[in-house]
Amino acid sequence: MTGRPPAPPQVTAAAPGRAAEALTGAVHSWDTSVGVDGPGTRFVVFLAGCPLRCRYCHSPDTWYGRSGRRRTVDEMVALAGRYRRFIQVAGGGVTVSGGEPLLQPAFTRELLRRCHVDLGLHTALDTSGFLGVRADDTLLDATDLVLLDVKAGNPQTYRRVTGTGRLAPTLRFAQRLADRGTPMWIRYVLVPGLTDAVDEVERVADIAAGLATLQRVEVLPFHRLGAHKYAELGLTFPLADTEPPDADLLTRVRGQFAARGLTVT
Amino acid sequence: MTATEPLAPWRGFHAGAWQETVDVADFVRHNHEPYTGDASFLTGPTPRTLAVWDRLRDMFPEERRRGVYDVDAATPSTITSHAPGYIDRERELIVGLQTDAPLRRAIMPAGGLRMVETALRAYGREPDPRVHEIFTRYRRTHNDAVFDAYPETVLAARRSHVITGLPDAYGRGRIIGDYRRVALYGVDRLIEERRALKAALDDRRSTDDVIRDREELAEQLRALGELKEMAASYGFDISRPAVTGAQAIQWLYFAYLAATKEQNGAAMSLGRTAGFLDAYLRRDIAEGRLDESGAQELIDDFVIKLRIIRFLRTPEYDQLFSGDPTWVTESLGGMGADGRPLVTRTTFRYLQTLYNLGPAPEPNLTVLWSPRLPEGFKRFCAQVSLDTSAIQYENDELIRPAYDDDTAIACCVSAMRVGRDMQFFGARANLAKALLYAINGGRDELSGAQVAPPAAPVGGETLDYDEVLAAYDRTLDWLAQTYVDALNVIHHQHDRYAYERLEMALHDHPVRRFMATGIAGLSVAVDSLSAIRYGRVKVLRDESGLAVDYAVEGEFPTYGNDDDRADEIAVWLVETFAEKLRRQRTYRDAELTMSVLTITSNVVYGKHTGNTPDGRRAGEPFAPGANPMNGRDTHGLVASALSVAKLPYDAARDGISLTGTVTPDGLGHTRDERIANLAGVLDGYADAGGFHLNVNVLDRATLLDAMAHPERYPQLTVRVSGYAVNFVRLTPEQQRDVVSRTFHGSL
Repeated sequence: MTGRPPAPPQVTAAAPGRAAEALTGAVHSWDTSVGVDGPGTRFVVFLAGCPLRCRYCHSPDTWYGRSGRRRTVDEMVALAGRYRRFIQVAGGGVTVSGGEPLLQPAFTRELLRRCHVDLGLHTALDTSGFLGVRADDTLLDATDLVLLDVKAGNPQTYRRVTGTGRLAPTLRFAQRLADRGTPMWIRYVLVPGLTDAVDEVERVADIAAGLATLQRVEVLPFHRLGAHKYAELGLTFPLADTEPPDADLLTRVRGQFAARGLTVT
Repeated sequence: MTATEPLAPWRGFHAGAWQETVDVADFVRHNHEPYTGDASFLTGPTPRTLAVWDRLRDMFPEERRRGVYDVDAATPSTITSHAPGYIDRERELIVGLQTDAPLRRAIMPAGGLRMVETALRAYGREPDPRVHEIFTRYRRTHNDAVFDAYPETVLAARRSHVITGLPDAYGRGRIIGDYRRVALYGVDRLIEERRALKAALDDRRSTDDVIRDREELAEQLRALGELKEMAASYGFDISRPAVTGAQAIQWLYFAYLAATKEQNGAAMSLGRTAGFLDAYLRRDIAEGRLDESGAQELIDDFVIKLRIIRFLRTPEYDQLFSGDPTWVTESLGGMGADGRPLVTRTTFRYLQTLYNLGPAPEPNLTVLWSPRLPEGFKRFCAQVSLDTSAIQYENDELIRPAYDDDTAIACCVSAMRVGRDMQFFGARANLAKALLYAINGGRDELSGAQVAPPAAPVGGETLDYDEVLAAYDRTLDWLAQTYVDALNVIHHQHDRYAYERLEMALHDHPVRRFMATGIAGLSVAVDSLSAIRYGRVKVLRDESGLAVDYAVEGEFPTYGNDDDRADEIAVWLVETFAEKLRRQRTYRDAELTMSVLTITSNVVYGKHTGNTPDGRRAGEPFAPGANPMNGRDTHGLVASALSVAKLPYDAARDGISLTGTVTPDGLGHTRDERIANLAGVLDGYADAGGFHLNVNVLDRATLLDAMAHPERYPQLTVRVSGYAVNFVRLTPEQQRDVVSRTFHGSL
């Protein structure tokens, strides 16, 4: 075995056969995570570009499509395939996240479909739902779980949180998922002074309780771990002085969801 | 408890070959009953257990403050050197201390007098003049003998730290006596067996080998006699086999204790005792002699004893290894060759001590993991990891086929068949520094001294990969030769001057021996080679032409991201150096093995290594063991683990160590999810061929708070490389190293 190390393998080997194989997307990064991007151990692809500007966003580095690298679906499926065995043994799947993956619906659809069909893995789509209309039925058929980020219960709050978005498209998307039988988890980022009002949470809880395919609600406590990214990008972090929610507040908000018989984590 | 109940020692046990020959593995195979349930049967600590433990807990702060609680500086330790000692004589169920009082350390000058005297002075004690006279005038030590026989090239390599941590000034350790034999057979039977072995040598011609074997067997016989004498001083006759669970634990512990009175070994591991003891405890419970609480109480009391095993070592030694480690490693779980899990209720009881007594680094509880283990056990292990970060995992699916199903871990990752294999522990060679030697024509990058044979330095402004590789290959040839040369000297002299009489009495004869080498700086060397190959590395030289710094341009793949371009360099380096080592002739024809393990010496190795072509600054710690370099594994724990899993176990049979730290939130939202997910990760890692995983479930904030307020975290346990340490006992430098290690979370 002495001598020189073997030549590196070629990562992109597939010859272009179908048009879809040449399909590229702006990919910010990929990661492996456990238990935080859907169930179990997951291969997570973060796509670049997002239409919203949430005040609490912890990844402003994913806002712009140009911050990603062009990657083919083949490349990403090959990468996910490396973890297939591990994911199957450890329980989990593939999550397409962002940014906002539905800003690149064709790429997202093909990536989910290939992971679902070719690799036989559980798939999840992590989205705000703001661009839910762009998810066609083929995309949703290839999606085992939608992680739906419902940012507020009032249209005004939604606008205040996201700067650019509207609540209605997300609600329509949620209803569509429920109607077509697509399982979902609702995620709610709890920010003191922004999304913690009792009424606000009540509205979100009411919405959640009305969704037949809802499996759980994740109340995510706001944190400032992304603050350094703003500094690196020369941006101002709007919530630099906001404290994370304390345990009492977290308990109260989770309790509001639990009171409707929902599974809350 | 009286020592002479009229009970047959083997009543109710299943018969087998173990009755005819000394073969505990066969006993375990015949008398094992798997437990496939969950942890709900376990019981908490009894008031008695807590009373004994509290006595010690009251003493720990004082010990932490002073470095050592107490030392007997005048009595060189032997199996019978000290009068019996007790923590709380009325309450203790299992008795025996290394000296006549708890936490009172003994001196063991046969390994090295300098180490003893330096340690004594460091802790404000004057060395005893009589001891000094004996061990300078009348009795040579291992340490003296080694330095008499070291060639100059080894001394130079040792001075520059390209080879370091060698057991040349203290006991080598990593030898596990089969302490179970004393419980199962009684000492008289073992004496009889040794006598027969020795008599069989009478027909052989008296060559060097035969003379040495005869002398060693004679020494072993003497040690067994002393073992009986020591037990008798506590009021026990262990010439006969144990007849109850309490006796089995007591007998076994006496044997282990005797080893720790005779040897200040770097690692004094226990073996694989839980499954063995389970047969006795199960029988006691069936006979109505014991209930669950009673069984747990015995294990708790035993573990209390294991937690206070102490050796007198220098502050420098403690700095190298972080705290005061003894590596009382116990191997738990695993699968039997017959496909049945080797998990018993007693396996659970050992883990339960981390709740009953609180988390602690010792004994070093090591789970031999297989995806085929019962779910209830897997979940309990994951739960204990979450709650205590105090256990480590090794891949039973790699160990069992390579050794057998009665194999235990010595120290951190070194597998050996209990009572059948032993190893000559060999510390590590620094492969990152060796790469700098290759670039500098054998000169040391810090001192400028010529350490490796002179060669033409790698020239040019930018490093050429092929040229560097060719020079590295030559340097590694020299390193392998010099390194094994050092080890041959060390172990020859250790056998002569500090022979492990009792531990070796509890091994088969002849024994299989390993020469256990190791490497440090793997990730630094690999990333440096990757930088040279895939980026552009410019050399900055001082006025003497010595390359002292590097400027890296361009991106290059780093080890730890499941990127084959970097990972294959790692595989190549491990296989190449292992092959070079295997070509060396070893003392007693020991089988050469290699580990990728640094324990915590990664900090010290880094301190003595200059700037490296991967961009690491001089003095910066290496990553521990086979870990990717701190902060460079950017794709999560799984990608990082899969890179490490590519390193071939066949080339590194002495173990490959990975330490992973995850935040609780990085494992899931609820406790239940975290347990299930962690068990899943362990299954996946074992399935991928990963060998060893230290799991820390910690927040960075917790560690920072513990640095600021150590008094609030007296029991905070952190797994480093291969074993656990008490975090507040680390030096500030080591604490910073732990904090700077990659935390895998979803941030």
